[in-house]
Amino acid sequence: MGLDIRIPVGALFSLLGLLLAGYGLHGGAALARRSLGINIDLWWGLVMLVFGVAMLLLAWRARARNR
Amino acid sequence: MHPKAIDWIIMGTYFAVVLGIGAALKRSMRTSTDFFLSGRAIPAWIAGLAFISANLGAQEVIGMAASGAKYGMATAQFYWVGAIPAMVFLGVFMMPFYYGSRARSVPEYLKLRFDEKTRGLNAITFAVMTVFSSGISLYALALLLRLLLGWDFNTSVSLSALIVLVYIFLGGLTSAIYNEVLQFFLIVFGFAPLVLIGLKDVGGWQGLVAGLHTVARARGFAPDAWLSTWSVMGSPHENPMGIDWFSMAMGLGFVLSFGYWCTDFLVVQRALSAESMDSARRTPLIAAIPKMLFPFLVILPGMIAIAATVHGGASGLTLPRQADGHLNYNMVVPLMLGRYFPNGMLGLGLTALMASFMTGMAGNVTAFNTVWTYDIYQAYIRREASDAHYLTVGRVATVVGIALSVAAAYVTHRFNNIMDLLQLLFAFVNAPLFATFLLGMFWKRTSGHGAFAGLLAGTAAAAVHHGLTLPAGASPGIKGGWIAVMHLYPSPMAQNFWTAIYAFGVCFLVTVGVSLLTQPRPEGELVGLVYSLTPRQDSSAARWYRRPAVLGVCVLAAAVTLNFLFW
Repeated sequence: MGLDIRIPVGALFSLLGLLLAGYGLHGGAALARRSLGINIDLWWGLVMLVFGVAMLLLAWRARARNR
Repeated sequence: MHPKAIDWIIMGTYFAVVLGIGAALKRSMRTSTDFFLSGRAIPAWIAGLAFISANLGAQEVIGMAASGAKYGMATAQFYWVGAIPAMVFLGVFMMPFYYGSRARSVPEYLKLRFDEKTRGLNAITFAVMTVFSSGISLYALALLLRLLLGWDFNTSVSLSALIVLVYIFLGGLTSAIYNEVLQFFLIVFGFAPLVLIGLKDVGGWQGLVAGLHTVARARGFAPDAWLSTWSVMGSPHENPMGIDWFSMAMGLGFVLSFGYWCTDFLVVQRALSAESMDSARRTPLIAAIPKMLFPFLVILPGMIAIAATVHGGASGLTLPRQADGHLNYNMVVPLMLGRYFPNGMLGLGLTALMASFMTGMAGNVTAFNTVWTYDIYQAYIRREASDAHYLTVGRVATVVGIALSVAAAYVTHRFNNIMDLLQLLFAFVNAPLFATFLLGMFWKRTSGHGAFAGLLAGTAAAAVHHGLTLPAGASPGIKGGWIAVMHLYPSPMAQNFWTAIYAFGVCFLVTVGVSLLTQPRPEGELVGLVYSLTPRQDSSAARWYRRPAVLGVCVLAAAVTLNFLFW
């Protein structure tokens, strides 16, 4: 269908993950006060980054196989 | 709520990706089938995620959280009873006829199976309905953005309508489906932390249970009322919904859910876009897996909020009250986003909400442009034109459909009552539909006259039942009882379920009666459209877990297990 959906999904979540984790690392404890002491930006950003990269890897593998 | 630069950057990134998808897909939109049915080339897992996302608009997300606070775990019945069985039935039994007949839309199936007038009735009511639903989505989004970000109504409406317009105009159904997949993941990633932090706030699962016991006792119910489903449905007075088990199983579990999931083109269109018969049949089955877990994502926040409000939590989260002193349940999601999420996560939560509003609207627009082009324009206005002509008509219909949605949003903004009235009329029209499909697909004797008469009679029965009954505590008018009040229901939900049961019953009987008196279509014309006249197709899938019947049984077993876990 022209475009593998895993590419935009992977790209979006890798980017958002990086943005969030970076912001969380930078903001630290001040941010965590709202989320009951958990630095949710940092940790959730990392989770999203892992998911995004996994999607991109799957898309890349599918493309390599089709070639 | 105070969004900062990081939140705007996150929202902006999402919009850039959305528009990028539209632009990248533009090249592959060559024929009308590409535009309206994604060229029938979508893999099952993508169609499956789009299938549930198309239904998971933001009103649903906000509404389910509100119901979670109001009624507790019983709200999950809208998923476990009111969706899963119907989705399995669609995939295993009905999809062979939808996909196998090569019908391009649900009304077109009615034309192939019955006749022109049955198709016309369904196509026209459906087209009007989608435009208004998409208008309501737009209206709700604008209200939310005003509340959360202080945006002006006009700005919100025009900005979101413009973005949806661009991506559908460029990439058709494929664009809509891709964005639904994106939205699915955004909702999961945006709401899971809300539940996790919320649970921590009320003291974990144990704390939540204790809190909900307090809630139930304070309202005069058994302690488990907010944590149970069937066990509090012996009588309508034992549960906050005011529902008994029979109307739950029959009204929601059978008539309403099968009527929506098996006949509504908005969802069925996603399965029709699948790449093969097997994929089309697997679409609703794959969709059912995340669907049955969604209650933990969208209903649990409401239960957490009510427990924190009544029992108290670490952060002191409390639901606001409306002017009349009742708790404002619709504030559950906005309140928790603002309270628990620091900047950054806040942007992600808002993006997830905006994404689900826009896909809710886009789903309606793609269903509208297809039904308009194939079932109204091609059927009644210009029959024999080139494919390129219909592709252009589809693009124009997209623009017109969005313009009409914007108009509908403004109408709703000015006259709330008109919208209530319209939704009521649509409910009357939809209530009997499943009887028509059930008889049409599984009884070869059903005739076109029978189907048409049954639909009209079912709609009339729904209207009359609504006119004669009233939920307790309401005054006659839009809530019912506008003819005379002959029966009082314990809650609006009970009235709604029974309206559907009557509409289905009357439609079923009238369709059978009229069919027996009229000429059926010759059997030769019904091959591929009716169960008994269509050769059984064995799944071509080699691996057992990819076979629709096996997958269907597994999904049902899981849903039954969930019912027992929260009995």
